[in-house]
Amino acid sequence: MLATILLFAVARERAGVASLTVELPENPTVSDLKAAIARISPALAPILPMIRIAVNSEYAQDDHQVIPEGAELAAIPPVSGGGLPIEDPS
Amino acid sequence: MIEIRLEPIDHAAITDQVRSNQAGAVCSFLGTVREMTGDRQTLALDYEAYPVMARKTLEDLEIQARKRWPILGLAMVHRVGHLELGEISVVVAVSCPHRREAFEACQWLVDSLKEVVPIWKKEVWADGTEEWVQPGRPASPDVQSERPRLE
Repeated sequence: MLATILLFAVARERAGVASLTVELPENPTVSDLKAAIARISPALAPILPMIRIAVNSEYAQDDHQVIPEGAELAAIPPVSGGGLPIEDPS
Repeated sequence: MIEIRLEPIDHAAITDQVRSNQAGAVCSFLGTVREMTGDRQTLALDYEAYPVMARKTLEDLEIQARKRWPILGLAMVHRVGHLELGEISVVVAVSCPHRREAFEACQWLVDSLKEVVPIWKKEVWADGTEEWVQPGRPASPDVQSERPRLE
């Protein structure tokens, strides 16, 4: 399937575009998406390890998470004051 | 109240909004643009957000905070775009029956916001360079770029 991923901040500037459209295999995982990003935009490859993928406005839990068709995808570089997942206080 | 806005933030109005007769404590935090980071001088900051997700993560933080503390009123407002020295980038205001819980909730919200909400800031340094701020990597040449290259 074809998927579009939104790019922000340092990722957007490195790629030179605000979004990328990539070809993904069937039942693609976050790992597949990252590999496709690295192929289509080599400038992003060096920073991919620190980029988190958001699927429908939620951080993907890990690289094995399957991406549903039609999901809104985004590359989230480390945010300005942190980057680690926070504990759920409940 | 949750908002991401381009225009300046009226922190007094936001603080007023969370007040209530049930509250004995109102805690309001302002994040402002600082000039000096060590010996480096900042001219301005440019903030960029992923608005849909930023709003959603702020709403999630409000839900979590309300489970943990007896919050009466809560407001989180973040500014995006170009900010000059001293301007307010973020306001978090909380009211609770007692001061301890208001302090705790406000601090947790500010700390959490900075960790998970997809809003990025770029330093515009006085030496003419620009740099996306990254936690734990305050001055990496890997992410440095000259202003003319930027959109």
